[in-house]
Amino acid sequence: MELYELTVHELMDKLNKNEITSEDIVKSYTKRIEEKEKDIGAFVTITTDEALEKSKNVKNRNLAGIPIGIKDNLCTKGVKTTCSSKMLENFVAPYNATVVEKLEDEGIISLGKLNMDEFAMGSSTEYSAFKTTKNPWNLNAVPGGSSGGSAAAVASQMVPWALGSDTGGSIRQPASLCGVVGLKPTYGLVSRYGLVAFASSLDQIGPITKDVEDSAILLNVIAGHDEKDSTSANMPKKDYTKSLVKDVSKLKVGVPKEFLGEGINEEVKQSVEEAIKKYKELGATVEECTLDIANEALATYYIIACAEASSNLGRFDGIRYGYRAKNFETLKDIYKNSRSEGFGAEVKRRIILGTYVLSSGYYDAYYKKAQKVRTVIKQEFEKLFEKYDLLITPTSPTVAYKIGTKSNNPLEMYLADLCTVSVNIAGLPGISIPCGVDKKGMPIGLQLIGKPFGEETLLQAAYTYEQEVKFREKYKPQFKS
Amino acid sequence: MQVDRKEILHIANLASLNIKEDEIEEYRKNLQDILNFANIVNSVNTDNINETIGSTNNVNVFREDEIKEFEDKELLLENVPDKENNMFKIPKVI
Repeated sequence: MELYELTVHELMDKLNKNEITSEDIVKSYTKRIEEKEKDIGAFVTITTDEALEKSKNVKNRNLAGIPIGIKDNLCTKGVKTTCSSKMLENFVAPYNATVVEKLEDEGIISLGKLNMDEFAMGSSTEYSAFKTTKNPWNLNAVPGGSSGGSAAAVASQMVPWALGSDTGGSIRQPASLCGVVGLKPTYGLVSRYGLVAFASSLDQIGPITKDVEDSAILLNVIAGHDEKDSTSANMPKKDYTKSLVKDVSKLKVGVPKEFLGEGINEEVKQSVEEAIKKYKELGATVEECTLDIANEALATYYIIACAEASSNLGRFDGIRYGYRAKNFETLKDIYKNSRSEGFGAEVKRRIILGTYVLSSGYYDAYYKKAQKVRTVIKQEFEKLFEKYDLLITPTSPTVAYKIGTKSNNPLEMYLADLCTVSVNIAGLPGISIPCGVDKKGMPIGLQLIGKPFGEETLLQAAYTYEQEVKFREKYKPQFKS
Repeated sequence: MQVDRKEILHIANLASLNIKEDEIEEYRKNLQDILNFANIVNSVNTDNINETIGSTNNVNVFREDEIKEFEDKELLLENVPDKENNMFKIPKVI
């Protein structure tokens, strides 16, 4: 058994018993990255040399000396943060994101920065300006996105766990497509300071891990109030590992029937229905319910997310940092030429949509209307949560698809987010856990949605199912080409 | 809402983006497709419903206005595409 095959809690056990050192762990991952990165392409920047140096000076305590991979939209002082964009290709952040600071405080060591769709806009990593990451289960398939590098790196065991970010499904959907666990916390639980902003009212940072226990451990590290993020929630710190209890007998689970209907692949549907049956067997009270807002949520999401993006990405003007065009005469030329050459097509599409819905004449019909529909969607969830502790849906309507099949059709690509976006619209926590594979052996993900700050219930329900089904023992990525 | 060529050029200008002649139609069509889909929001009854602006209910989060020195001014300036004496250098504007 190689060390890279272990989960983080297994590595911690061995570290604490002095059976292994941090150096052993980092060496094992370095070797694994050397073997697999050429096939997967999960990294934008590899920092294994620095990691090895750090691992030599680790003092044994909890997570000290455990490695991690970090999505490349989280600022890391002294190491490039590119957002997989030509715009930030050479950007070195002068400070750490709060989550990165928290990792460092624990002595967690970064193995590198992970690939993503440019500025987190996409569902496949095909919109990365640098490369498309491959899915470890089938190298011709996408890993999902936008945190596709993070999910693929965890699935291929090049990192034991990773941080991703989720604006409309960008943690959960790639986790689903790569057969790993992805947790999007409640909006406000984790500080967004130092996360390059895409849509500020929707963005949230979260863990991508091999199992549910590791998700709880990493959430313990990154959750908490931060005065540098005024939207971060000020509440007492919790120990999420206390939720790792195998019991769902007191849980009331709602299954919104609209999320198992039209647009959901038949094999995905069957697998999720099996999982629902399993929850019943395990003693949960399961009922079908109605949540007829999937398409409205997707439309609302694209209006609001693009509006916020068009505003947030206004800062990339070629003056203080980022790409500056070579040819210009006036100041306006610098802005226009730098932005036109620095941003990729999908980012420009979204800026154009966002600018349109915010522009005079269309603001009321699109942006203001979408904000009202957002209230309606929140209310629909609130009604369901009066009755249920959590909701179950598929994470993604399909399994991982072949690279190149959707990248030229933006609208079709957007439909990949059908099951996940409403969770961000309502600011709720959601987790994706693997629940099976299709006939071709590609993983299928189950999404659990919880009440605001209901991470404990989510983790307990996810853990109970995981311990029963033991997906990781049954299925492994085959690196098929 | 129908988007024409003139409109897409106007929006691109507002967003400080150049669009090449051979890209105009593609961007126009993409925007039109997405707007056609996004129109679903107008089928939702929102009478007497307020807008949701963010995901938290916080209003006016205040803190003391204290001066904190940023440690790494050097690192900040390392990202500047063009500078002179610790200042950002841009073309003449007046």
